[in-house]
Amino acid sequence: MLRIREELSERIRQHGAKTYPHECCGALLGSDGNGGREVVEVVSLENQRSDSPRNRYSITPDDAREAEVAARRAGLDLIGWYHSHPDAPARPSDYDREHAWPWYSYVIVSVQERVPREMNSWRLADDRSHYDAEEIVIDTRANSAKSSA
Amino acid sequence: MPIKVMIPTPLRAYTGKKDSVELQARTVGEALAALTSEFSELRKHLYAEDGRLRSFVNVYLNDEDIRYLQKDKTALSDGDTISIVPSIAGGMQCTWCER
Repeated sequence: MLRIREELSERIRQHGAKTYPHECCGALLGSDGNGGREVVEVVSLENQRSDSPRNRYSITPDDAREAEVAARRAGLDLIGWYHSHPDAPARPSDYDREHAWPWYSYVIVSVQERVPREMNSWRLADDRSHYDAEEIVIDTRANSAKSSA
Repeated sequence: MPIKVMIPTPLRAYTGKKDSVELQARTVGEALAALTSEFSELRKHLYAEDGRLRSFVNVYLNDEDIRYLQKDKTALSDGDTISIVPSIAGGMQCTWCER
């Protein structure tokens, strides 16, 4: 299970809408414990695939390292990444799977004609053969407290 | 040479949750071979089926990407640190797009 405050979920969705028809991307910072994962902060990042942003995204090692440092400074873990699929389902592609890392939560938001639609989270299986769906729980409580790692 | 390999978060489940592993090796290639020999589950996440490092796996010797050194033949010295650093990439399935 991946818990996320509604305002952070909306931030991901609006990032996808803003970059449409290109894919957006970013980092998920939060905590990972026995009760599941919680996203405490999202960090929008620049898609480095300027050659093919319509259907590809890439985050550089330096940006990934900086996200890790930002998480550590905030007392959080870097628990995953998000990106958008313009006019395509919020489901990982073979290309997503070929480039995925285990353990991370991969949140994908489908953006249809600039409108964010479904958003799903996925975890790569140990044998890399497929993704397992990870339930997203949106916390809609106003002023819900932030958790820390 | 005694060196340290830093393990990124997504791979620590395969190293008994260790965030670093110390081992003996003369080159980066030897170090990675020793690492995947000790922790065999790492291999499929670091290497493609053709035996090459996956394109999104970056290996640094201290602060330098080994692609700009001698790659897996890069020689090691006592106290060196090898870091495995993820690149993150992906993209949607589509019928019209090229890779």
